Amino acid sequence: MSDIKSRPIWGRIRPVAHAARHFVCCEGSSAARHVAETFSPNAEALKQVTILYGNTDRNEEAGHTLDALGAEASLHYPTRQTLLISFKAHLKRLHMGAQIYLCGPEAFLNEATAIAESHGVLKEAVQTELCGANARRVQCVHCKGLIENVAYTPIACEHCGVNLMVRDHYSRRLGAFMGVCVDAEAPGDLPARESF
Amino acid sequence: MSLSTIEVDDVRHEFNSETFRDDYTFSNSPEAIARFPFPFDRDEYMYAVNIEQHMPGPPKSATEFPIDIDEHYVAEMADRARVLKEDPLRCQSLPHMLMAEWDLLDLLMTSMARDYPRWFSLERDGRKWHWINRPLGIEQRFVFGDPTTLPQGPMEYVTRQCQGDFCLLDQRDNNLWLDAGIVTSQADWSLDFDLGMNFIEWHGPVPLAHNMNIFDRALKFLMNLQQGRPVRRLNWTMTVNPRLDTSPENYHRWGIDRTTVTPENVGDKVHLRVELQALWRLPRSNAIVFSIRCYLIKMGELVTQPKWARRIHRVLRDLPPELAEYKGLTNYRAATLEWLSQYDDGAPTSPGFYPD
Repeated sequence: MSDIKSRPIWGRIRPVAHAARHFVCCEGSSAARHVAETFSPNAEALKQVTILYGNTDRNEEAGHTLDALGAEASLHYPTRQTLLISFKAHLKRLHMGAQIYLCGPEAFLNEATAIAESHGVLKEAVQTELCGANARRVQCVHCKGLIENVAYTPIACEHCGVNLMVRDHYSRRLGAFMGVCVDAEAPGDLPARESF
Repeated sequence: MSLSTIEVDDVRHEFNSETFRDDYTFSNSPEAIARFPFPFDRDEYMYAVNIEQHMPGPPKSATEFPIDIDEHYVAEMADRARVLKEDPLRCQSLPHMLMAEWDLLDLLMTSMARDYPRWFSLERDGRKWHWINRPLGIEQRFVFGDPTTLPQGPMEYVTRQCQGDFCLLDQRDNNLWLDAGIVTSQADWSLDFDLGMNFIEWHGPVPLAHNMNIFDRALKFLMNLQQGRPVRRLNWTMTVNPRLDTSPENYHRWGIDRTTVTPENVGDKVHLRVELQALWRLPRSNAIVFSIRCYLIKMGELVTQPKWARRIHRVLRDLPPELAEYKGLTNYRAATLEWLSQYDDGAPTSPGFYPD
């Protein structure tokens, strides 16, 4: 574990008994199953639960597991982008006292937590849990382009082509780790690839 | 509004005509060398919470006045304008920071007009302010508190006319938050990336110091900073070529410069880069100004002071490897040390920062 102080620490989602509403946004089948397991013992609360599910790995069965919870709404989306567009739209209508649960791969959590923060949601109102790949969301510091699902370092920026070292430095505002040119002082000389 | 050319020409010759990029014509006059804020008071360096009251220093020193304007002023402001033109993200302010921006404008204009009356003047008639900047040829009447009466936001307007990078820190939740700033002459950190971070987060990448609780202690100290009692500290690194804009944004362009140092060109190419960092509590917003004023000096200029020549050789030689790596010295430390060694006869140095 890195000791860089800006590194995000994800937690575990636990339904909050006194919350006026529960709002779940999750991505991927393992996240869907985990959400179903976590909420199923809370039949009473489920009437106040809205679930947004990004079915990014095309797993209909996991989606059915969520639908079977009997939540007030269980909505499915084909991609992260469509999931997060809906997440933003729902955030705008969310009332005080709602508890938000985010569950999915690291890059999803990076982006979704930044969206919640930019909509003025207090961090106490957001629970997170890493469920799925720990590939990161990275911003190239040179061209400012965002790169989704980065599984290792170094990596060539998909926007400007510069070879980037992914630093552990993390911006909650941007929802991204910093990518900085790795071979500026020795062009073409790249360190061995390391997975996260 | 701009002043007449005659009035501007009257003071323009007091400032260097020089560049911090491309042909790099920057240099220090003998007077500027003598007043350089040399950061080592002994022959070795390690992190410390080296914060002291920002009290007036000796006449002509870099700390004689709270805000230091020197011979590089006009050229530095031209360089800042160019950076901002190419990358507007170097100046950002979150919406709740507007009051702190006005506080900053008040602090800088008041200090500059009081301490450099030849160059700047400020007349205040209630909220109606009248500012004159002769070196840059600017005259502006505006209403304090009304951003529509200035060509840019208050922070950007005033810091386009003041040397040094500036950050505005909001104090809440037992922390300081980097919620506004203008950063164009930075030692390899990104305002755009760090904007909105708290004090501990934005210092995340600094090695060693976290384990020494440096930042926890500094944060505790700064949260209690009092109005009218500003503090300062010196920080340092090295830069190849006198480039002010050593940003991470452009690192893929300037990083290669670190491979161009040879024993023949050390004196001209390698620079000690000192940051005079100062912090003020602001009266209206309760925010803190964090100013980072950069001073550059060539090794060739530094060694004209024999005490500094001996000392910098010893500091660089004995620097812990993690710090050398963090400061990006790896590629040219050896060549620089070899060149500096000819100025170090092993004689003892006197204590303190000032030259003998």
